Amino acid sequence: MALLEARGISKKFGGLAAVSELDLDIEKGMIASLIGPNGAGKTTFFNMVSGFYAPTSGQILLEGKELGGLRPNRATALGLGRTFQNIRLFSNMTALENVLVGMNCRLKAAWYGAMLRLRSVMQEEAKARERAQELLAYVGLGGKGETLAKNLSYGLQRRLEIARALATHPKLMLLDEPTAGMNPLETTDAMALIKRVRDDLDITILMIEHDMKVVMGISEFITVLDHGAKIAEGTPEQVRANPKVIEAYLGKGVVTRIRRAKQKVVA
Amino acid sequence: MAQIWDSLTGPWRALPARQRQILTWAFSIFLLLIFPLVDNAFNWGVVNDVTDVLVLVILALGLNIVVGYAGLLDLGYAAFFAIGAYTTGILTWPGHSLQWNFWIVIWAAVIVAALFGIVIGTPTLRLRGDYLAIVTLAFGEIVPVVIRNLGGVTIGVGPWRLVSDFNLTNGVQGLNPVGRPSIWGFTFSFDPTPWYYLILIIAALVILASARLQDSRLGRAWMALREDETAADCMGVDPIRTKLLAFAIGASFSGFAGAFYAAKLQAIFPELFKFNLSVMILCMVILGGMGNIKGVVIGGMLLQLFDRVILTQTTFFVRYVGQALHISPLATIDLSLWRWFFFGLAMVVIMLVKPEGLFPSAARRAELHAAEEETLQPAERG
Repeated sequence: MALLEARGISKKFGGLAAVSELDLDIEKGMIASLIGPNGAGKTTFFNMVSGFYAPTSGQILLEGKELGGLRPNRATALGLGRTFQNIRLFSNMTALENVLVGMNCRLKAAWYGAMLRLRSVMQEEAKARERAQELLAYVGLGGKGETLAKNLSYGLQRRLEIARALATHPKLMLLDEPTAGMNPLETTDAMALIKRVRDDLDITILMIEHDMKVVMGISEFITVLDHGAKIAEGTPEQVRANPKVIEAYLGKGVVTRIRRAKQKVVA
Repeated sequence: MAQIWDSLTGPWRALPARQRQILTWAFSIFLLLIFPLVDNAFNWGVVNDVTDVLVLVILALGLNIVVGYAGLLDLGYAAFFAIGAYTTGILTWPGHSLQWNFWIVIWAAVIVAALFGIVIGTPTLRLRGDYLAIVTLAFGEIVPVVIRNLGGVTIGVGPWRLVSDFNLTNGVQGLNPVGRPSIWGFTFSFDPTPWYYLILIIAALVILASARLQDSRLGRAWMALREDETAADCMGVDPIRTKLLAFAIGASFSGFAGAFYAAKLQAIFPELFKFNLSVMILCMVILGGMGNIKGVVIGGMLLQLFDRVILTQTTFFVRYVGQALHISPLATIDLSLWRWFFFGLAMVVIMLVKPEGLFPSAARRAELHAAEEETLQPAERG
C-alpha cells in the first residue's frame, strides 16, 4: 500500500474541472514531484490533500485513512505537513513560537492545565521547547529562535516553514514550490535540506516545483499534470523523454520538429 | 543634574534584572495593599472609585483575550458583563427567594458568562474582521434589550402555559437589592475598603490567568489564528475550538467582574450595560496596547484616571479661569460631559501616532509598523 493514494479524484469549480479523474500513488520514503504548466491543477490537488477543498469525487487516502473532506487541522493530525507557495509564517511571532505552533496538535496541555501550571503541562512545555530548538538547529536556524519570523531573510523564512511543518510530526510533507524566489546558492541548500529531511527523518516528500534543475536533481518519481489530468509519470529520465510532456510544456508539434531537426543533424 | 540622577539610580541599575523585577513587583503590591490606609490618612475618599476602575480593568483584561490574543474584534463585550451581573442578581435577589451565597454565585456567573461566550461565538466562527465586529455589536445591543423585557416572561403554546408572566429580571427597574458577600461573619457593606481588597484578589487572579494563558499552547494557538488563520489551520490548530475558547475564557473574566459589580452596587438595571461601556473597555485595551497585560492594566487605569480625576479637576480649573476672566460659557462648563469627545480624540491620536498602544507587546508593535518596513523588504530579499 502506498503512503498516499489518490483514487479518481476530481475537483470542479462551477463548470471548470481543475482536476479530473486523477490517480496518484506516492510510495513511502520517496521524494516525488508534481509538475505541469500553470493552471494544470497542481495546487488544487495539494489543497485537496491538505483539506482546503473537498474533492468533488474520488478518494484520497493517507496510510489507508480517508483525507478527502477533512478540515486541514484534522489532516495535519493524521500526519500531513505542508508549506506554502507564498510563505505564510506567523510573521509577528518568534521563530521558536512558529515551530511551537506546529507542535500544537501533538501537545496535550489543556487551558486549565496551563492556568494552574500543572506539573505535566510544565514538563510537556519544557520538552516541546527543547524539541523546537532542535528542529530550528536542524534546518539551520540555530540561535535564531528569538527572532521574529518576519525579520528573517527570505531563504531562512523558507527554512522556518519547513521546521514548522516538521514540528507537526508529518509522515508526508507537501512542499509548494520550496525554492521559488531563491538564488542558485539558496536553491542548492534547499535541495540538500529536502534530501536530508527524507533521509534522516524518513518523511516522504511530495513537492510542486517549476525549477527543472531541482525537479530532475532530487525527485525519484515525477508526475506530470496538464489541464487537470495526469499525462505522464515515472522517473526523471522517463518523464524527460516523454513526448507528451514536451508537448504540454512547449506546444503541439514541437516533438516532431525536434525529431526532424535531429535527423537533419545526423544526416 | 544627570550626575545626581545617575548616582541616585546607580545602585538600582547595578541589581540583576531578575531582582529589580521582583522588587518592582513587591513595591507595586505593597502600594496597592496599603492604598486604603493612605487614602484614609489623607482623606481622599477615592477607594470606591479605584475599586470601580479595577472592575473595568478586569473587563479590559477579558476583552484583551478576545481582541488582543485571538484577534477577534468584539464590539459587544459589555453584554457578558451584563450577563455576569444579572446571573448574580437573579440568584441573590430576594424577589426570587433563591438568595444563594455570593461565593457560589460568583462562580455561577463565570460559568454562565462563559456559556454565553460560546453561544455568541458559535454563529460567528466563520466570520472574520468587520463582519464579526458587526455581529458582536448586535449581540451587545440585544442583551440589554432582552434583559429589559424579561420582566414578564410568558412561555406557552395556545392556552397551555409553562410560565406565565414570570418576573425574571424586574425589567427597567432592575434588581435591587442584590445579595452581598460575607465571610467569617463579616458582611461587605458600604465601607469600600473590603470591596477594594476583594477586587484586588480577583484582579490578581485574572492577571495571573492571562499571563499563564499567553505563554501556553492555547495562547500560541490564539496568536497563530490572529496572524494567519489558514496557516494555523494547516499547522494543526483547530480554529473552531480555539476561537470558542477565546470567547468563553474572555467572557468568563467579565463574569467575575459582573458578579462583583452587582454585589457592590446593590442594584443593577439594563441601562448600565450599554454600548458606551463596550466602547470604553475597547478603548482601554487599545490605549494600553492590545495583547499586552501590563499595557492593558496601565492603559486602562490611565484612561479612567483621565475620566474620573483629570476631567473633573480641569473642569474646576477652567471654571475658575472663566470666572476670573468673566467668560460665562467657560465659567459654567462641565468637561465631564465632553468625555466621549476626549476619548474619541485620544483614539484618533493614538491610532495615528502610536497604533500599537502606549505599552505594546513586541509582536503588535512589529505588526502595526509593518507598512513602514515593507518598502525595505524587496531590498532585503535581493
